[in-house]
Formats: sequence, structure tokens, C-alpha cells
Amino acid sequence: MGLKYRLIIAILVVAGLALTVVRYFQHHAIAVLDPKGPVAAQERNLIVFTLLLVLIVVIPVYLMTVGIAWRYRAGNKKARYSPELDGNRAAEAAWWLIPTAIISVLAVVAWRSSHTLDPFRPLKSTNKQMTIQVVAMDWKWLFIYPEQNIASVNYVNFPVNTPIDFAITSDAPMNSFWIPQLGGQIYAMAGMETHLHLEASQIGNYYGSSANISGRGFASMDFTAAASSSAAFRSWVDGAHLSARPLDMAAYNSLARPSQNNPVTLYSSAEADLYGNVLARFMVPGMGDYVR
Amino acid sequence: MSLRSDLLGRLNWQAFHHPWVTNVGVASMTAGAIAVVAALFYFKRWKWLWREWLTSTDPKKIGVMYIVTALVMLLRGGADAVMLRAQQATSVGVHHGFLSSSTFQQVFSAHGTIMIFFVAMGLMFGLINLVVPLQLGTRDVAFPFLNATSFWLYFAGGMLVNLSLAVGNFSAAGWLAYPPLSELAYSPGVGVDYWIWGLQIAGVGSLLSGINFSVTILRMRAAGMSLMKLPMFCWSVLGAMSLVIFAFPILTATLAMLALDRSLGMHFFTASGGGNMMMYVNLIWAWGHPEVYILILPAFGVFSEIVPTFSGKPLFGYKSMVWAIWAIVLLSFSVWLHHFFTMGAGADVNAFFGIMTMVIAIPTGVKIFNWLFTMYRGRVRFATPMLWFLGFVFLFTVGGVAGVLMAVPPADFQLHNSLFLVAHFHTMIVSGVLFGYLAGLTYWFPKIFGFKLNERIGRYAFWCWAIGFSLAFIPLYVLGLMGATRRLDHYNANLGWQPLFIVAGIGVCFIALGVACQVLQLVVSIKNRHANRDKTGDPWNGRTLEWATSSPPPHFNFARLPDGSQRDAWWAAKKAKTAVAYGPYESITLPKNTPLPLFIAAAAFAGGFGLIWHMYWLAAAGLLALVTCLIVRTSAEDNDYRIPAAELKKLENAEQAG
Repeated sequence: MGLKYRLIIAILVVAGLALTVVRYFQHHAIAVLDPKGPVAAQERNLIVFTLLLVLIVVIPVYLMTVGIAWRYRAGNKKARYSPELDGNRAAEAAWWLIPTAIISVLAVVAWRSSHTLDPFRPLKSTNKQMTIQVVAMDWKWLFIYPEQNIASVNYVNFPVNTPIDFAITSDAPMNSFWIPQLGGQIYAMAGMETHLHLEASQIGNYYGSSANISGRGFASMDFTAAASSSAAFRSWVDGAHLSARPLDMAAYNSLARPSQNNPVTLYSSAEADLYGNVLARFMVPGMGDYVR
Repeated sequence: MSLRSDLLGRLNWQAFHHPWVTNVGVASMTAGAIAVVAALFYFKRWKWLWREWLTSTDPKKIGVMYIVTALVMLLRGGADAVMLRAQQATSVGVHHGFLSSSTFQQVFSAHGTIMIFFVAMGLMFGLINLVVPLQLGTRDVAFPFLNATSFWLYFAGGMLVNLSLAVGNFSAAGWLAYPPLSELAYSPGVGVDYWIWGLQIAGVGSLLSGINFSVTILRMRAAGMSLMKLPMFCWSVLGAMSLVIFAFPILTATLAMLALDRSLGMHFFTASGGGNMMMYVNLIWAWGHPEVYILILPAFGVFSEIVPTFSGKPLFGYKSMVWAIWAIVLLSFSVWLHHFFTMGAGADVNAFFGIMTMVIAIPTGVKIFNWLFTMYRGRVRFATPMLWFLGFVFLFTVGGVAGVLMAVPPADFQLHNSLFLVAHFHTMIVSGVLFGYLAGLTYWFPKIFGFKLNERIGRYAFWCWAIGFSLAFIPLYVLGLMGATRRLDHYNANLGWQPLFIVAGIGVCFIALGVACQVLQLVVSIKNRHANRDKTGDPWNGRTLEWATSSPPPHFNFARLPDGSQRDAWWAAKKAKTAVAYGPYESITLPKNTPLPLFIAAAAFAGGFGLIWHMYWLAAAGLLALVTCLIVRTSAEDNDYRIPAAELKKLENAEQAG
């Protein structure tokens, strides 16, 4: 086969692969880079900014690696050979100081963004904040709405453009609560409470899951985070109230038994301070972990 | 209590019921063991094995045993990796893959545990044993008996982990076994106990080695070799061993507390009863982060030897390199919290640890620039060790960029525990640690075995690894950004992740091809060893003292101790056309062979097995046997033998005559 044909085949293969990749990403969003809320958008910007900043060092490293390796290959007798050269103060100072300068910039960014994007910090908004309590269970997510007095499993609905305070705990091993298109994750731990403040700026259904292994059924711990218009949210709440399935202590205890692939379930009411009780049970001697 | 439960604890027939995948694994390991035993009988090599290897206190022999064990464990951990990729490529939507979730979770827990503790650590200690005494121009390590004990404890820990495949099961709680999942309430079986005791036994071995090699480097250097003349590999080992000394006690204590929780009903880390799981996460990473640098520093050291040798130039910026190592050593103890920014510590705490993490990128970057400028104005020969180095520079930098991204806490909230994280640390550990050690193995192979490895097949192996690695892990970076979390045994079809998982699976096939090339390389090289014999002792035109003695070196390394008063002492001697040997022949003492390290490890193995299965008589017997061995050793007096000066002279003259 001649060089020309080989070249044509190579070009076709590369073009075919490139086309496949492009087609793939046309149909599949990259969640973290496709934010649907202010928190995720700021986190995406932070990732892109950091990447660009680091490339200031990385691109020269790549170019120098190729350039130096090629020029000073043993076969190239024209290149200068200095078998005693073992350092250069100015050059070494440069590669101590230039990265230090870049990291200094990044340090300021890290300090500021850690505070502005602290998951415990309420979001600024003209709309009133809404609280949703989250309990990670073996192996499903329970969402309790203290203001609406309803509860749901593996499905969380909330109005768009409304800051949500997710108050999170666990009645099981450690999990991590993550809705990539709305913002970063935080751990769910038994006997402890964490907070994650998120907001959706677009109506839609977003994928959520547990990012931390919690046992056999952990892979099925995904849920839908539905950002709805306020009218749709109200009618969803009304529908839940009509379901006539209260989440009393007996219902909770049967839900708490390990199970996988739980269907979306709505509860018409929740036991008073159920969430507080789940938190407290791990502080009471003799309660807490189920022993199987 | 019945006699049966007294004798056997929790062990019963149930422990031997396995899914078919496990049975295939057990069968292949058993077949391998039978083949080795049969070969030993057939070639009548038992005595040789016992005398030359199992009871040896020679660091060169111990180094080879570390590396053989690590390579066998690499095959085991690699088989695990293939299963993980196969499961994730196929377990989508209505299809549920060929592994149950509990088997899948055991497989990834075993994969991580084996690759870190028994492959990476094994290769590292193997190379250190082979190279450090030779580079220091000395005959042995500071504590040869302890050194053999370290190896056998490492071996016993590894065998305990392997045994879990056949008897009972392994931990399904991930390679770091976070409580409360790893507590009795959620993991009641023997799996987590296998994990605890396998690591506990191997970890003690690592700590002993850390002390041993620190003392060796500080106290046993060649005449004239001041610290600022140390070969850079020894510097990096000294850094890593300092980390071992400070970090491994934390691991030992943490595992002990988890064991107490599980066996005596204590509540260090339980969710209830006053325990605190966050304390475990802190402690395990206070060990775990330095551990990463324990693994990477000696790999950096390997590159610091290879690049100067193949460039025909001294290392650029020696002092910078030393400072960079010690900056990394110090900083590595101030960053552990970046493994759990998402645990809800305040913004101040997260920001502090994030910034400390980024700062580590500075000395690491300095090292890369110095290696590049070592090639500058050199005569660079691209033998396989250099290919591994170039692959390292390209891939490790990608992993470093990912690392800096994750050092910014709010960015980490979106990347943590996703496949992006998995891709990041595999880039660091495969293209950093493993490529480094594979380069080192190729580089020092002729020194240890007396012949070179086949270059051409070595190149094929490198390209399979480099291409396979990129194919296997670039899709994982993307998947992580798409919201794919780690450790999923199944996912929904509508997420659209499957094509990328399939590409990753193809990547692993390429890596497997690379491993096959390496096996072939070894076979072909052994077959053609007479053609590739290294008669000079210096096959690469090296610079440091290990090349100043014959290949393989005599068991006493140097008949006359070399002079180390110049940096790159061997290169300086070659250039000045002087002999590197120093001083007259003097009689020397070396440690005798002893089976006690092997017995100590066997006792630890039995004791560990007893603790795992609640056979308390066996645990007590193991402990008693171990203490007995120690008493026997401490009361023995005649542990050394002497080689007189005249004998040494005769041996060396015979060597030179050929």
C-alpha cells in the first residue's frame, strides 16, 4: 500500500472517530459543565478558570518536553552537548517563582470561593428560602417537607428560582448527597446534620445520587430532583396530601429496613419532628444502628 | 459454647460457597500454587529455595522476593480491574452484569487494597532493597534480620488477603473501609476483618522497613559520601522512609481501634454509642495522604537516576531537587483534609487545606522542570526506561492538573467521589508510581540478574500501557463530569454512560496486552540471556556506585569499599580513569541465613487467621509462637559469619579473571 493511501485511510479513521465523539456529546450533556442553577454555574466557572490558569505552566512543559527530547536525541550530533552542565540559578529561580505566583493567585481564589460557595451558607435571593430535610437510608433517599408536612422517597420536587436549604442526615452508613447540575455534594452522616444550599434556575428533572458507598444496594440510590413552576409544585404538594399515606413511626420503621430500587413514593403527612428523631436516635444509648 | 465453635470459631462450610467467578479465581490460584510446588519437586529445588531465598538476609535476594510477590499480586489486582471494567461496560438498564453487587464491591475493595499495599509498596521496597545499599557503596542494610522480617510480614499480609478469596469473603467497604459501613452493624462477616489483619501485619513490616532504611542511609554511606553527595534515589527514599515512620503508626492505631470496635464492642467509630466516624476519616487520611507520597517519592527518585544516565549529564539542579523532596515531605502532612472537603468542615478549614494542597504542586513542578533540563544539551538515548519517563511526564501532568482542580474546595464538591476522582488518582499512581517502578525495574534488571531485558518487546509493552492507560482513563474523567459516581455496579441506560465505559474497557484490554508483552519480554530475555549478558557491570554507562561492581554483584556487594567523595562517584572515577575502590582488603562480617523471619510471619499469619475467624486458641498460639521466635533471636549469639581479607581478594581476582 502506498503512502498516499495510508494517509487517506488514517485521515478517514481520525475524521470518523472525531465525528463519533462530536455526535456523542451532541446527545449527552456533561452535567457539571451544563449547570442549571447559580451554585453549579459558579462551580463550573471556578473549574474552567483554574484549568486555564494551570495551563500557563502545563503547555510550556509539554512543548519543552517534545522540543528538548527531539533536539537533544543522541542521533543529533549537531546539537550542543554540555556533559558538565548541572544547574542554572536563574532558570531554577524561574521555575520556583513562576508556579508560586500562579498558586498565589489560585490561593486567593480558593479562599474566597470556599467562603462564597460554602454549602452551609444561605443563598441570596428575593424569593423566600424553603427547607427540605433529607435522610439517607439503606438504600433510598427520604425527603421530608416540614413546611408542607409531606414526604417523598427518591424524588424531590421544589419550585424553580427558590433557594432550598437541604438539611441532611443519615439513618444508615455514610452517603453523599449530589445533584451535579445544581451544585456540589455533601456527606450525609448518622447522628449529624449537614446543609446544602442549592437553587434551580431552570425548570427540569435533574439526576441526583449518592456519591459515597453505603453497602449492597448503593448503586440504586439515585433520585430525581424536579425543579417545577410554583403552580406545578403546589399541585404536586396537594397531590401528596391526597395520597392518604401518612409517614408515621410504623411506616418509617418499615421503610428503614434495607431495600433496593425503591419506587417513588409520596406520603400525605410526616410524623412530627421525624427528622429530629432520626438525628437523635444515634445519640441515645441502645438505639441507632440496626444489627442484622 | 460447643467444642466446634471453640475450635473453629465462625468457620463453617458456608465459607467455601462462592459465586462462579470467585471459584474460577480460587481454581487458578490453586493451579498456580500446585504448578510451583510440582516444579520445585521436579527440578529438586527445595533445598536451593530454602537456602538461597527463604532464609536469606541478603537485601538483593529480599528485593527480588518483594518484586516477584508484587508482580504476582499485580496479576491478581489486574484481574480484578478487568472484572470491574467488564461489569461497568455491561451492567446497564435491564442488564445486570455478571457480578452481584456484593461480589463487585469485594472486587473493587480488593483491587484498591492489593494495588496499593501489595503491588506499589512491594515494588517500592523491592527496588529500595536492591538499589540503596549498592548506591551507598555499602554491603548490607542496618538491620538485616529486621529487613527479612519486614518482607515476610508483607508476604503474610498479602497471603491473608488472597486467602479471603477461598475461605470466607473480603471486605466490601472500599479500600479504606469507612465506618459505619465497616462496623459490625453493617458488615457483620469476616471480610472487613481480613482487610484489617492483612493490612495490620503488612503495615508493621512497612514501619520496620522505614526505620531500617532511614538508619541505613543516615549511617552506612561510603567513605566521603556526605549527605549532599547522596544519589537522588537515596534522597527520595530517605524522604519516603521518614514519612513511613510518621505515618504508619497512625494506620496501625486506626486499624486497631476499628478492630476493637468490631471484636470487643467498643465505640470509637460507630454511628451510635458515642462513636464518631469522622474521626476515622481524619485518621485514615492522616496516614493515607502521606502514603501517596511514600509511593511517589521513590518513583521520582528512579527518574532522577534514569534521566541523567540516558542524557549523559548530571542531574540538573541537585540542590533544588533535595529541597523539593523535603518540601513535599513536610507539606504531605498538612493536606489530608482535601480527601473530605465534602464532610462539612467550615470554609476556613477547607480553604486552608485546599491552599496547602496547591502549594505541593510547586516542588513537584520544580522536579519536572529539572528533569527536562537534565536532557537539555545532553545526548539523550531513548531506551525503554526513558520511554517510561516521557510517558510519565505527559500523563502525570494531566493528573496533576486534575489534582489542582480538586484542591479548590468548591470545585471539589462537584468532582469528589466521581469517576473524575478515580481517573485522577489512577493517573497519579499508574503513570507516576507504576511507570516509575517499571522504568526502575528495566534499568536495574541487568545489575541484579546479569543480563538486559529485551528492548523491542519492552517498547511494545510501553506503548500498550501508554495507549491503554489513556483509553481507559480519559473516558473516566469525562464520565465523572457527567455525574457518574465511583463504585457503581449498575446504572440506568438513559444516562448514556455506556459508550464511554466500553471505551474504558477497551483501554484495559490494551493494558492487559502490555502486561502480556512484559511476561513475554521476561521469557524471551531469559531464553536469550547469554546474548544479552552484561559483562561490564555498567551496561547503561551509569553514574552512581551500583554500576561500580559486577552484574550481578557478589553477595558482599563490594570486595573493597568504594570511595563516595564525589557526586556521581562512578562517573567521576570513570572520567578520571581511577579505580573507585578505596582502601585495602579487610575482613568483613555478614549476617548468617535464618529461618526466624519466615517463622515470625507464619506465626503472624496464623494469629491473624485466628482473630478473623474468632479461633482464639489459634490467635493465642500465633502470638506465643511469634514471641518465642523473638526470644530465640535475641538470645542467640552466633548470628554472623566472617570473610577474611585474603578470601575476599581471591574471590575478586577470580571474578575479574572471568
